[in-house]
Amino acid sequence: MFNMTKNVVTNLLTKSSTRLYPIAVRGHFEGFRGTLVCNIDECIFCRTCMIKCPSQCIAVDNKAGTWACDAMACVYCGVCVDVCPTSCLSMTKEHRPVATEQQTIFLQGVPKKKKKEEAAAE
Amino acid sequence: MARTILPFGPQHPVLPEPLHLKLTIEDETVVEALPTLGYVHRGLEKLCEVRDFNQMIQIVERVCGICSCLHALCYCEGVEQIMGVEVPRRAKYLRTIWGELHRIHSHLLWLGLFADAFGFESLFMQFWRVRERVMDIMEATCGNRVVVSVNVIGGVRRDLSPEQCQWIEEQLAVSEKEIKQLSDTILSDYTVKKRTVGKGVLTKEQAYQLGAVGPMLRGSGWAQDARQTGYAAFGELGFDPIVEYDGDSYARCAVRFRETLQAIDIVRLAIARLPAGETAANVSGAMEDDTPKPVSAGERRDIMQAYNRDKRHRLAAAPPPNLDLPAGLVAAKVKGKPDGEAVTRVEQPRGELMYYLKGNGSKNMERVRIRTPTFANIPPLLAMLPGCELADVPVIVLSIDPCISCTER
Repeated sequence: MFNMTKNVVTNLLTKSSTRLYPIAVRGHFEGFRGTLVCNIDECIFCRTCMIKCPSQCIAVDNKAGTWACDAMACVYCGVCVDVCPTSCLSMTKEHRPVATEQQTIFLQGVPKKKKKEEAAAE
Repeated sequence: MARTILPFGPQHPVLPEPLHLKLTIEDETVVEALPTLGYVHRGLEKLCEVRDFNQMIQIVERVCGICSCLHALCYCEGVEQIMGVEVPRRAKYLRTIWGELHRIHSHLLWLGLFADAFGFESLFMQFWRVRERVMDIMEATCGNRVVVSVNVIGGVRRDLSPEQCQWIEEQLAVSEKEIKQLSDTILSDYTVKKRTVGKGVLTKEQAYQLGAVGPMLRGSGWAQDARQTGYAAFGELGFDPIVEYDGDSYARCAVRFRETLQAIDIVRLAIARLPAGETAANVSGAMEDDTPKPVSAGERRDIMQAYNRDKRHRLAAAPPPNLDLPAGLVAAKVKGKPDGEAVTRVEQPRGELMYYLKGNGSKNMERVRIRTPTFANIPPLLAMLPGCELADVPVIVLSIDPCISCTER
C-alpha cells in the first residue's frame, strides 16, 4: 500500500519515462555498428574483406575494380572493418533506412594496374 | 475418464519460440506430454565444413540470440585450447564482464516473460525496462545490442576505457536498485506465489537422474554451476552457486532473480580488478596498478549517491553519453590452424553449455558439436508436466527458460 503510494507520487513528480517518438529519437552510441561504408577511392581490391566475411555478403572484383555488398545479408559483425589493410571500410552509427526491396551496395572504382601493364602503357 | 489430446504450440502466445507439446489430458489434468522439436533447425553445426574456424565465431553466436556472447566464448576457449593460445588476462576479464552482462539481460528477459506467462503484464514491462539499461551498456561497449561479436580467438575485439567502466558501474547501480524494488512483487506477492509455489516440482533425485542443468538443477538443491570450473576469469574471481531447495517454479524463479543480482556483483568485481592488458599503452594511466582491489561497500554507496545527485541520468530519454572509445584488440596473436580436439563448458543463463571441437589442421573445423542447456532440460520438463493443471502448463514450460533455437541449432 505505502509502496504503491510512493510510486504514484514519484511518477507524478518525475518526467515521462518514455520518449515522444518520432519527435524525440534516441540515437545511437559511439561505436555502434550501423551501416557499412566503403571509401572506394582508397580500396585496393585486395579481397580480404570478401574472404574474411562470415556471411559472404561482399563481392570484390579486382579486375573490374568493383566492390559490392549485399546489404541485407550483412550481419554487421565488423570483421571486414578490422581486417581492411587500407582502412577504407568503416561503420557509421546510423542504421540503413528500412527498404522494401533487396539492396546491393555497388561501388565502381579504378582497378590497380599491374606493374607490367603500367610499363606497357608508357 | 475420457482422454483428450491437446496440441500446445508451436504457435502459442506464451512461447517466444516454436516448441510443440502434445498434451494428453483427463478433464483439466495433464497425464502425458510428448514434445516435437525441429521447427527452427538451421544446420549451423554443419556449416563448420564450409566456413573457416574464424568465421565460425559469428556463426555460433547466432545459435542463440540471448546468449550469443557465451556461445562465442565457449567456442573460442575450445579453439584456444586446441591451438595452445594463452589469452591475455585483461581479455579474460573483459570476456567475464560481457558474459555476465549477457546473463543479466537474459535473466531479466526471462523474469519478464515469466511474469507475462501468468498474466502479470505490468511486471513484465518493469523487468524489460530495467533490461534496457543493460542493452544500452552492450550497445555502448560492444557496438551492438544483442549479437555483440566481441570474442575472437586469442582474446576480445574491444576494450573498455576507465570512463566506460565507471559508466557501466553507474548504470548497474541503478539497475540493481530497480531490480530490488521488484523483488517484493516477484518473490512475495500473493498472486504470483499462488501461480508458482508447488507448480512443476522437480525433486532433487529427479533433477539428477534426468540430467537437468542450470537454474533447474540449482532450484532443486544441487550446487552445480559451470562457472565453478573457472573459465574466463572465474578462476581468479571465485564463484559460489546460488541454490534453492524446493524444486518448483518459484524456486527456479528465485534462483534466476538472485543470480541476476549476483551477476551484477561479478561485473563490478571484474571491473574493479580489471588488469592492465597487452594494449595497456592504449588504456590511459588509471589502470597502471596491477594488484587486484575489491570494491568496498563504501565506494559502492558513493557511486550510488553521486548517481542520485546527477539527475540527468534519471531520465530514460537522456541522450547516450559520448564516451571516448579505446581502440583496441585485446588479443594474443594467433598463428596456425587448429589440429586436435577439445571439450569446453561454460555456464549459459539457461545452464551448462558444452562444445566439442575437432580440428584436422585445415582451415575448417572437422566437427563442432554443440550441446545446449535447453536440450538437457526437456526431459525434466516432461517429468514435471504430468499431474499438473492445464492452466499451469505455460508457467511450467516457461520455468525451464526454453530456448528452442539453441536446442535445434
